[in-house]
Amino acid sequence: MSRDRYLRHARHVLAENPVTLVASALLLVLVLLALAGPWLAPHDPLVTDTALKLDPPSWRHWFGTDQIGRDILSRVIVAARLDLAIAVSAVAISFALGSLGGACAGFFGGWADRIVTRISDTIMAFPLFVLAMGIVAALGNTIANIVIATAIINLPFYARMARGEANVRRQAGYVDAARLAGNSPARVLAAHVFPNCLPPMMVQASLNLGWAILNAAALSFIGLGVRPPTPEWGIMVAEGAAFIVSGEWWIALFPGLALMLAVFCFNLLGDGLRDLIDPRRRT
Amino acid sequence: MSPPLLDVEDLSLEFRTRQGVVRALEQVSFGIGPGETVGLVGESGSGKSATAYAIMGILDRAARVTAGRAVFRGVDLIGESESRRREYRGRELSMIFQSPRTALNPIRPVGAQIADALRRHAGLGRAAARRRAIELLDRVQIPDAERRSHAYPFELSGGMCQRVLIALAVAGKPALLIADEPTTGLDVSTQAAILDLIRELAAGGGMATLLITHDLAVVAERCDRIVVMHAGHVVEAAPRSRLFTTPRHPYTARLIASTPRPGTKLRDLVPVPGTVPDLRGVLPPCRYRTRCERAVDACDEPPLPRIIPAPGELVACRRPL
Amino acid sequence: MLRLCGRRLLLAVPGIVGVVVVTFVLNRALPGDPAAYFAGPAATREAIQEIRVRLGLDRSLPEQFVWYVRDLARGDLGKSITTGQPVRADLWSRLPASLELTLCGLALALGVALPCGVLAATRPGSWIDHTTRIVTTAGVSLPIFFTGLLLVYIFYYLLGWAPPPLGRTDAFSTAPPAVTGLLLLDSLIARDASAFGAAAKQLVLPAVTLGLFAMAPIARMTRASMLGVLSSDFIRTARATGLAPRTVLVTYALRNALLPVVTLLGMIFSFLLGANVLVEKVFAWPGIGSYALEALIASDYAPVQGFVLTMASMYVLLNLGIDLLYGLIDARVRIEG
Repeated sequence: MSRDRYLRHARHVLAENPVTLVASALLLVLVLLALAGPWLAPHDPLVTDTALKLDPPSWRHWFGTDQIGRDILSRVIVAARLDLAIAVSAVAISFALGSLGGACAGFFGGWADRIVTRISDTIMAFPLFVLAMGIVAALGNTIANIVIATAIINLPFYARMARGEANVRRQAGYVDAARLAGNSPARVLAAHVFPNCLPPMMVQASLNLGWAILNAAALSFIGLGVRPPTPEWGIMVAEGAAFIVSGEWWIALFPGLALMLAVFCFNLLGDGLRDLIDPRRRT
Repeated sequence: MSPPLLDVEDLSLEFRTRQGVVRALEQVSFGIGPGETVGLVGESGSGKSATAYAIMGILDRAARVTAGRAVFRGVDLIGESESRRREYRGRELSMIFQSPRTALNPIRPVGAQIADALRRHAGLGRAAARRRAIELLDRVQIPDAERRSHAYPFELSGGMCQRVLIALAVAGKPALLIADEPTTGLDVSTQAAILDLIRELAAGGGMATLLITHDLAVVAERCDRIVVMHAGHVVEAAPRSRLFTTPRHPYTARLIASTPRPGTKLRDLVPVPGTVPDLRGVLPPCRYRTRCERAVDACDEPPLPRIIPAPGELVACRRPL
Repeated sequence: MLRLCGRRLLLAVPGIVGVVVVTFVLNRALPGDPAAYFAGPAATREAIQEIRVRLGLDRSLPEQFVWYVRDLARGDLGKSITTGQPVRADLWSRLPASLELTLCGLALALGVALPCGVLAATRPGSWIDHTTRIVTTAGVSLPIFFTGLLLVYIFYYLLGWAPPPLGRTDAFSTAPPAVTGLLLLDSLIARDASAFGAAAKQLVLPAVTLGLFAMAPIARMTRASMLGVLSSDFIRTARATGLAPRTVLVTYALRNALLPVVTLLGMIFSFLLGANVLVEKVFAWPGIGSYALEALIASDYAPVQGFVLTMASMYVLLNLGIDLLYGLIDARVRIEG
C-alpha cells in the first residue's frame, strides 16, 4: 500500500471515529507531559513547604499539596515521564522478545515450538501480578527490576500471538516462493513472515501499554521499585491512601485519575488501531 | 371442499435493514387443507422461508408484518399475542429446518431434547418422556434408538440429525408440519429417505405438510398441490399434475424447463433469464416483469393481477400461458 | 468423566513442576547472601558459614534443588524472621481471611455480572444494555487500589455507611469459634447473628472492590456470548418447538453461552489472586497478601516465596477445576478431548 493511500485511510478512520480522535489527542498530551514534564510543572515537585501541607486544591496549587507541602499538580505532571517510561520499556522488551520467540516457534515448529510454549505456559501458570511481585522481590527492589518483571509477565501474550500468526503464514504462497528462490528458512522468517505478523500485534501492544501502566503502578503502590520522594502515580496514590480516611482526598485522587486517563487512552487507541488495521488485512 | 387447515391471506412482510426497507413478501395467499401436502417452490430470495417464519411467528426482530393474516383453524396467528402463539408452536404446527447439525443443542443429548418437547406438549413426566422419546427415535428409523438417545448431535450424521429434528417436530402430534429445505446439504440417498419418512409420518398421522424447497424435482413426486413464489409474490398455485402439464405462469414454465429430469439432455436445460430483482426501492406491480418474455405495457400498471381459474388455484399474470 | 479428570490432572503436573522450578530460581536469585540475612546483622563469619551449611547453600545447585523439593514435600517453607514462626503455619492461619475475601468478591461479581450480561443481551438497546456497556468499558481502566480508596472515601468518610477500613472485625465484637476460619460461615454455624453482621459489614467494601474488578470482563463476555447464542440455529429450533421461554433461555441458551465465560474464569482468577494483595493493603485485611507485603518490606524473603508458591499452586488447582467444570457442561470436551 502506498503511503498516500494509507494516510488517507487513516484520516478517514479518525474522522469516522471521534473516540479514536480523542484518544489520540490524549496520547499526544501524555507524550508531551512525559517529554517536557519538568518544564511544564508550575512548581518543583520535590520542594517541600510544611507551612502549606495538606492544602486542598486552590488557585496556587491546582491539585493541592500533600502531607509535606509538595505541589501535587507538578508531581502528577512529572510522574508521567516515569510511568510512561516504565510501561513503554517493559512492553518494548516483551514485544521484541515475545514476538521473536513466538515467530520462531510458529515458523520452525519442533523443539523451538516446545521450548517457547513451555516457557510461556510456565509463566501463565502463575497469577501474573504475584509472579511480578516474586520477581521483583528476588531480583531486588529497583525500577529496572519493575520493568523486567512487567516484561516477563507480558511475554506469553506476544509469544502466543506471534506463534499463531507465523504458523498461519508458514504455508502461505509467498513463503513457498521465497523458499524456492533459495532463501534460507531464517531469511524467509526474517524478511517475509515476521514483518507480516506485526500489525495485529501492534494492536495488542497498545492495549498492553495500558495494562503495563496499571501493573507498574500497582507494584509501586505496594512499595516495590519506586522509592520516595520520586514522583510516580502509583506511589503517590499509596501516599495519599493514608489520608483518605481523614478526608484529604486530593492527594490520592489526582494521580489515580491520571492513571485512569492514561489507561483509558491506550485502550481506546488499541481499539482504534484495530479498526485501522483490520480492514486491510487479508487473512 | 373442507375448510382449509391453514389459510394465508394477503400476507405482506418487510425487513428493516441498514440499506433500506426490503419488501420481502407482498400479498402472499395460499391455503393448505387438512392432511394435504403442499409444495412451496421458488429461487432463493423468493420469500419461501420468510413466509414460513411469519406463519410460525419466529421472525427476526428486524421483520415486520405489514398486512395480511395466517388463519390456522380459525385463529389468525399473526394477530395473536406471543404467549398464545407459543401454545400453537410445536403442538399444532411445527417446523424443521435445513442444516440439521446446527439446529440441535450441541451440549444436550438428543433424547433429552425430544423429551423437553414431550414434557411441554404432552405433559409427560421425566421417565415417561424419556421412554416416549426413544419410541419416537425408533419411529423416525434411527437404529439402536435407546443407545442413540444419549448421543450428542456431534456424534450423529447429518441425516440422523434431521431425523431427530423430525421426531422433535412430530412429538406434539401437530396438524401441520412445515419443512424448510429439509434435504439441503444431505446426500442424495439420504434426501430421498428423509422425504419418504416425512410422507410416511404425514400419512400415518393425518398431518398436513408444507414442503419448502427450491428443487422442483422434489415436489414433482411428493406434493398434492404446488405454490410457486417469485420475489415475494405467489405467481401460481395449482394441483401437481396440472402444474406440470399446463403451467400457466411464464415463470413456472421456465422453472420446469430448467429442472433436470431423466431423459433430458444438458443442452435442453434452459435457465431462467435474469436475476431476482432487488427488493428495496420501487418495483413494478409484477416483479417478474423485467425477466419475462411475455411482458407488455399493461404489466406496468397496478394492481398485481390475480386470476383464479379454479378453487385452490391461482395465476398472477396478465398474459398467462 | 473420570477419564477427563485423570487426563486433566496429568496436564496439571507440568504446571506444578514449572511453578516449583521457578520459585526455586527466584529463591536462589536473591540479592546478596541469604545466609547473611538469616544470620542477622550482628553475626560473625563463622555463624554465617554455619547457617550456610545448615541451609545447604554450600552445595551445588542441582543438589539444592533436590533439597528444596524435599522440603516442599514435607511442607517446610522456611521460617519467617519477623514473626519467628514457620511460614507454613503463618500462611495457614492467614489463608482463610484471603479466601473469604476472594470468594465473596467472586460471588458478588458473578451475582451481578451474569444477570446483567444476560439482560443486556435479551434486551438490546435498553438502559440495562447501555449501562452495562459503559460500566464495563470504564471498569477495565480503573486501577483496583484506586477504586478501593474511592469507595472508602465515599462510603466511609462522606456517607459514614461503611466501617473504617481496619480489617476483618471491629474492636467491639468477638469472633465466633473458629471452625472454617471463614467468619461468615463460622458465625452462621455458631448462630451468632451479631458476629455475622459485624463480619459482613467489614467485608462489604473490600469484596465490592474486588468484585467490581471482575464484574467488567464477566459481564462483557456474558453479553457477547449470549447475543451470539440467541441468534443461533438451535435456539430457533427451540422456539419453533414451542418450549417455554424460561427453558429456552436457561437450559438452551444460557448453558451454551456460559462456556466462554467459564474459560474466562481462568484469566479472572489470575487477576483476582493478584488484586487480592492490593485490596488487602488498602483495607488492612489480615490475609496472606498483606502477610507477604509486610515481609517484603522487612526484607524477610521466606514468607514472600511461600506466598508465591501458595498462590501459584492454588491457581493451578483452580484452573484444573475450571477445566473440569467446562467438561461437565460441554460434552464435546468429555468425549472428543
